Amino acid sequence: MKKIIKAVVAMVLISTVIFIMTGCGQSKPTLKVYNWGDYIDESIFKDFEEEYGIRIIYDTFATNEDMYIKIKAGGSDYDVAFPSDYMIERMISEDLLYEINYNNIPNYKYIGDEFKNFSYDPTNGYSVPYMWGTVGIIYNTTMVDDTVDSWDILWNEKYAKQILMLDSQRDSIGITLKKLGYSLNTKNVDELEAAKDALIEQKPLVLAYVGDEVKDKMIAGEAALAVVWSGDAVYMNWENPDLEYAIPKEGSNLWFDAMVIPKTSKNKENAELFINFMSRTDIAFKNADYIGYSTPHIEARNLLDEDLINDPTAYPELEDLVNCEVFKDLSDFLREYDKIWTEVKAR
Amino acid sequence: MKEGRISSPYIIWMTIFIVFPILLILFFGITIRTDEGFKLSLENFQRFFEPIYLLVLWRSIRLAFISTVICLILGYPMAMILANKDLKMKNTLVLLFVIPMWMNFLLRTYAWMTLLERGGIINSFLSLLRIPPINLLYTEEAVILGMVYNFLPFMVLPIYSVLIKIDKSLLEAAEDLGADSYTVLRKVIFPLSIPGVISGITMVFMPAVTTFVISRLLGGGQFTLIGNLIEQQFLFVGDWNFGSAISIVMIILILISMGFMSKYEKENEGAGLW
Amino acid sequence: MVMSYLKKLYAFIIFFFLYAPIMVLIVFSFNESKSRGSWDGFTLKWYIELFQDRQIMSALYNTIVIAILSSTIATAIGTAAAIGIHNMKQFKRSMVMNLTYLPVLNPDIVTGISLMLLFIFLKIRLGFLTLLLAHITFNIPYVIISVLPKLKQLNKHIYEAALDLGASPSYALRKVIIPEIMPGIITGFLLAFTLSLDDFVISFFTTGSGVSNLSITIYSMARRGINPKINALSTIMFVTVLLLLIIVNKRMSKTNIIKE
Repeated sequence: MKKIIKAVVAMVLISTVIFIMTGCGQSKPTLKVYNWGDYIDESIFKDFEEEYGIRIIYDTFATNEDMYIKIKAGGSDYDVAFPSDYMIERMISEDLLYEINYNNIPNYKYIGDEFKNFSYDPTNGYSVPYMWGTVGIIYNTTMVDDTVDSWDILWNEKYAKQILMLDSQRDSIGITLKKLGYSLNTKNVDELEAAKDALIEQKPLVLAYVGDEVKDKMIAGEAALAVVWSGDAVYMNWENPDLEYAIPKEGSNLWFDAMVIPKTSKNKENAELFINFMSRTDIAFKNADYIGYSTPHIEARNLLDEDLINDPTAYPELEDLVNCEVFKDLSDFLREYDKIWTEVKAR
Repeated sequence: MKEGRISSPYIIWMTIFIVFPILLILFFGITIRTDEGFKLSLENFQRFFEPIYLLVLWRSIRLAFISTVICLILGYPMAMILANKDLKMKNTLVLLFVIPMWMNFLLRTYAWMTLLERGGIINSFLSLLRIPPINLLYTEEAVILGMVYNFLPFMVLPIYSVLIKIDKSLLEAAEDLGADSYTVLRKVIFPLSIPGVISGITMVFMPAVTTFVISRLLGGGQFTLIGNLIEQQFLFVGDWNFGSAISIVMIILILISMGFMSKYEKENEGAGLW
Repeated sequence: MVMSYLKKLYAFIIFFFLYAPIMVLIVFSFNESKSRGSWDGFTLKWYIELFQDRQIMSALYNTIVIAILSSTIATAIGTAAAIGIHNMKQFKRSMVMNLTYLPVLNPDIVTGISLMLLFIFLKIRLGFLTLLLAHITFNIPYVIISVLPKLKQLNKHIYEAALDLGASPSYALRKVIIPEIMPGIITGFLLAFTLSLDDFVISFFTTGSGVSNLSITIYSMARRGINPKINALSTIMFVTVLLLLIIVNKRMSKTNIIKE
């Protein structure tokens, strides 16, 4: 008995030591990247590591709110994050972001001018655009025979339990406001109340409120209609040609995701190095080619496949998006949105 | 032996990592955040008693209750079969019962996702029988199924461990006195197994009422349970005060049910499982 | 006779219910196609992809290191605590025992969140260290609960006899008490180890900065949809658990025979 115990203890100790030693073997400097799930070609991390000897530690989030809470709450030390427009605005106003030294990011010049000077970062001081796109409906042409040109189809009883909604409050409430003819940045309580009622009315028709699994579900034909981001739609269409994307006529959300450096960063210069690397033409191309989202990087865009550049899903003319709005930060009014979303889902 | 000094590391540890955090939750629960800092208030609790959140509480209790009942109905006969003294390969069978419990419970839940999907195995099988596909995943039934599947061993094993301890001569005596097997079951075996049943019920009900994973993965975000509500408040909304208040309600709920259960459970001490 | 068939049938149905989903995962881990309704031929590619997946491999590493460290530390603290508690006076003892039962009874989600609040309050960065601290915390009570019954069975006079024979208290503790309660300590260690391996909820709230364990990785992968890599992972974990339990069981029955 005693021998066994001694052997067990010895084994535990030895394996611990081995584990810790192999763990410490990688004592390279590290950079912590916090990104949306499935939103980067992960082989780029290896490229970066080989080039600069900095190891990337990669973590993902599912919604902007999710990411914001983690950074705001403390307890994290991310160096680079990828929030969307309104969240960047909020983080700037709450002093959660470092000002970027653009001298360290020469590749910033490749970013199209139409993607700069947006209201979320009016001085272009805190963010480097990463991807952009719209929110729309993806539908399976073998299952949907109506024309998809309005958000109303998501309230059509015919497709009960075949509709997937995004589990993201700004997006889901936003499209409902659009359907009702309101602004998706409304602070009008009555309009929000109407949106809430519409979402509750829709709930019995909804199959599930999903995040990234929407891609897998739609590709596998598990549902007929889903609300998605345009970049995901491109990818889904690659995998399953029966899937078509439409931006409803009532208008939608036009969004921009950008790279920022949260104040939690302990190594701002390496973060800038990474952002610059991501904006290098070959890397930006490799990434856009892999994930299918629309890049604001002019040179990278020109390298892409003809079909993709001409695909209105990925690269709509900005003039065609007149009804689309960019999300604005709602500051304290966001609580109302939180409340509505909690209530819709709790119902 | 010198008294408690040897346990002082433990007491310090628990003070820092158990007592203090719970005090933090209490603090957040009874305050609200204002521009000037924290203000003492019962607003969070008031908010919890709004109809919409009571609905969530009710749904959690209802689903956990249904799952517990199903586990009991399915599990009791199984425990009896396993406890049967004449059973060949008994140890192996009990072991077989334990193995799924050792598998990561997320994997077990995930297994059902692949089965229940519209293009999953069950529906492909149904389509062979020319039955059109039905929505199995993302329903309330799927959530209950996930709970039953994950927690069934927690019901069977405590009952089993009580049943094997029952003195066989008691049963023989009852039979000698003319009781038929049904009467023996009703009047002798079942009353003696009550402690096992109680700890089984506790061990199924408690994790079921507080889960947020099963409802998230198998319910598709539609069936918010109290665990989901807490998770949402902390990780998505950032309203720690409301989230803490819900946690306090949950602690109280669990403590009440434990107090209630412990009345019935004197000698067993809930350690029956291991 | 009918009864016995019914029993067998019932047991079969329950076992089928328990194992069918796991078997499906195992079978489909060898499926060439990514979709799950159809069988496209045998492949091992998901296993290869699994081992090339950096995220999963680092999660596996974290899981094992955390399990080893947390259960070892928890066993040390817990055993000492159990000896101390055993010798406490009635009142203090019941106080401490209530404290011990608190994390056992508390819903996991509340324990997880309260620890998260603590770490943020203390401005400790969420990551490996916090994950380890959290695991030690929820492991200790299980060690104490496993060791205490053995202490109760212990004959008080042995220890006193050792002292009378000139042993110092610490010597007596090491040479007399610890060996006597060893089975309880080992049970506690194993229990702590498995709980740590399997934990999701508490880890989910107490980790951050890219450090994750297997459970968290599986959760985030499952949220992204069905992925055959998870099937491969399940198969490996199932086989490992099965082998471990069979070995443990064989050993136990062997020692039983020798004892008899």
